Amino acid sequence: MASLPPIDLPSNATGAGAFDAPAGVEGNPLFEYLLRLGDDSLVLGQRLSEWCGHAPSVEVDLSLANMALDLIGQATLFLDYAGEVEGKGRDGDSLAFHRDVLDFRCCWLVEQPNGDFARTMARQCLFSTWQHLLFGRLAGSADERIAAIAAKAVKEVAYHRELASEWVIRLGDGTEESRRRMADGLDWTWRFVAELFEMDPLAGFMAEKGIGTDLAAFRADYDAAVRAVIEQATLPPPPDQRPILGGRRGHHSEHLGHLLATMQFLPRTYPDARW
Amino acid sequence: MTDWPLWEVFVRSKGGLSHRHVGSVHAPDAGIALRHARDTYTRRMEGVSLWVVPSAQITASDPSDDAAMFDPAADKVYRHPTFYTVPDDVKHI
Repeated sequence: MASLPPIDLPSNATGAGAFDAPAGVEGNPLFEYLLRLGDDSLVLGQRLSEWCGHAPSVEVDLSLANMALDLIGQATLFLDYAGEVEGKGRDGDSLAFHRDVLDFRCCWLVEQPNGDFARTMARQCLFSTWQHLLFGRLAGSADERIAAIAAKAVKEVAYHRELASEWVIRLGDGTEESRRRMADGLDWTWRFVAELFEMDPLAGFMAEKGIGTDLAAFRADYDAAVRAVIEQATLPPPPDQRPILGGRRGHHSEHLGHLLATMQFLPRTYPDARW
Repeated sequence: MTDWPLWEVFVRSKGGLSHRHVGSVHAPDAGIALRHARDTYTRRMEGVSLWVVPSAQITASDPSDDAAMFDPAADKVYRHPTFYTVPDDVKHI
């Protein structure tokens, strides 16, 4: 019986069981970086759109759908650009709908299930605060296209951040039930914050080039802003938890595959469908 | 949400125009009412400024008083500036 072919180990593999360790800068760094930016927006946009028709009121339904559309608009711009950079004839749609889960580069926070409205708002507050600070810096990126997308998106995200923060405050400082739900929501999402600030070799490389930015540089601003919201919500800061990393390298929670199955079903089943 | 109060929404469509009533939203407080108004009524570039007012704060005329309130104005056409003919010799009007 023929033996299995030899396993082709990457030359920089340590073999030390560091399954999830950053592997260095491989492939096309700009393409990879654009996937991170685009996939964060795409996946959170898809998550928020799951609320459509199910939100606590028709006004909240519209708020969530508006945010979802903002995010999907950003994703379109980033992923279209990623496709151009890659140069293999793929556009934003093909990257969104014809890519498998291991090729997604979003962070874990955005792929987490909506839970109840409080958890959705906790997730949104933690993510939009980060994205707002990030896009504010990327608006000065050495890459003109990224700078232009970030400059447009930073205004949208400023609103997402304000809206989500207001809901965190109101639910935290609300009724006994809303307070419990918001505390649970923050507790659930808190462990995914560390990944937002992970500076792996690719992030470091892009920051050195002036295209990306040093995430650590706004960690203190982020912590202070989130702490202020949680304080105003009269909630105790969630205890630190073991951070979960890996999304930037394609290691995702089990939830992302389910999300993609819903999102990608139609274009994959009917590849020529137009609407 | 049925337990959220109702707010009337006014939109200024562009600078120089007055705010115009466009509808209403439910919201737990004024801050969220403004957000809801923004998300409901200005998502297609309808406005540059928003007011929200608690609907309960509006004092409205009673429809059963319509006759006394509004009918007397019906035959006072002379209250319209167009009722008067301006003589040709009068300039700057």
